[in-house]
Amino acid sequence: MADTAIQDVKKKESGISFGKKERKLISDPLNDNNPITVQVLGICSALAVTSLILPSLVMSIAVVFVCMFASFFTSLLRKQIPNSVRMIVQLVIIAGLVTVVEFALKYFNFTVYKQLSVYIGLIITNCIVMGRLEAFAMANNPWKSLLDGLGNGLGYGAILLIIAFIRELFGKGTLFAGTGIEWKIIGASPDYMINTLDSTWFGWYANNNLMVLPAAAMFIIGILIWIQRSYNEKLVDIS
Amino acid sequence: MHSTGYTLRFIIILTAVVALLLTGLREVTKTQAELNETIFNKKEILKAIATRLGDDVDVSAMSDEEVENNFSRIEQLAVNIKGESIDAAKIMESGYKGGKAIDIDMAKEKKKNEEDRIFPLFVYGKGKDKIYILNVRGNGLWDEIWGNVAVESDFSTIVGVSFDHKGETPGLGAEIKDNPAFPKQFTGKKIRNENSDYVSVLVKKGGADKGNVHEVDGISGATVTADGVTEMLGRCIKYYEKYYEKNIKS
Repeated sequence: MADTAIQDVKKKESGISFGKKERKLISDPLNDNNPITVQVLGICSALAVTSLILPSLVMSIAVVFVCMFASFFTSLLRKQIPNSVRMIVQLVIIAGLVTVVEFALKYFNFTVYKQLSVYIGLIITNCIVMGRLEAFAMANNPWKSLLDGLGNGLGYGAILLIIAFIRELFGKGTLFAGTGIEWKIIGASPDYMINTLDSTWFGWYANNNLMVLPAAAMFIIGILIWIQRSYNEKLVDIS
Repeated sequence: MHSTGYTLRFIIILTAVVALLLTGLREVTKTQAELNETIFNKKEILKAIATRLGDDVDVSAMSDEEVENNFSRIEQLAVNIKGESIDAAKIMESGYKGGKAIDIDMAKEKKKNEEDRIFPLFVYGKGKDKIYILNVRGNGLWDEIWGNVAVESDFSTIVGVSFDHKGETPGLGAEIKDNPAFPKQFTGKKIRNENSDYVSVLVKKGGADKGNVHEVDGISGATVTADGVTEMLGRCIKYYEKYYEKNIKS
């Protein structure tokens, strides 16, 4: 009896397959169960780092990394973790991974590290990571947890990049500033593709300073939620 | 359910493993990380004299070698509030291993008494074209702000400035760094009046008077940060005043 149970567990554990269920683990958080627009988690950093695309991209990669491996390690240890201290154990794992990200940034790109400053450290308190560990990784095998972490990290990153794209374009008139392939789209200088100083059509245009402020991200997230809900049937509140 | 002993053991082992791994990683990346930070600080100093490095020099796009190349032409000094030069041994004594002006951590110095502080002073060029780069540090709205002020050999005309901050609001206070137009205003302003008395530069709310060489425009919505800049410049440039009187003025 006990033997078959162990065999069953082993069978489940070793299953590194990539079927329909696994694909759903990644695709679900991108739309139907998006951590930002549906679960409304991780808003703090979504407001703070999205004024430019570059820091948003780095932040997204960092969260994908932390979310993936925190899920993986928590899931590996899930049967050993004492229930009474499971949250602290999860925090130790997350904090360790975030510190790895911090070291990596200092090593590879100090300027971006300075730009993101305190927000890298704040990934530790990002509700998305901890939420996934509690809700998924504690109850599923490492492979599935890894995919779930990846999916949620990507879902978070996708929204971050959409917000950053809009904010940078309308706030600064540029795209990808600071990456070396900076596109100067619209502004009052000959450097820009559309020079508002001598354009017949865009003479009235000025960069919107509200877009640079964190508050703009709140509006954009609101509008994104609205758009998503109006076309995604699963999210329509039937009550 | 797990026993208390098991829980304790689990936590101790997990913490030890994570701590060990992180310490190892830190040791591996440390040298490069410190190097990156020095390059970053050197860039900030070069930004203040960017206009003198050549036409259209973009300091932030410089490679590490270019930064080192340019920086090797800068003489590094350190002074105290009495105007005395501080030598390398004394700098090391204060806890900065490199013994050079660039190694001085102004955040640490700010916590000391004014008499005990040492201030880095960078000198670029020779003779009449000498540029002095001063280090300033003060408080913005949320946290510290700091910067480099480059002045000509008259110790009055500003060549350029660069500012940085720890946590000012993006779009408001952070504009002192993010908006290149703000530091640009300082170029050509004077920190001394006709009698060569020290007056500093005022960041003025509502806009500077035209033609006033001691004022620059403030930033809308960032009055506290702008006032912080005014206070910082007024106080910190004065630290170099005695050194100027003793060594440069004559």
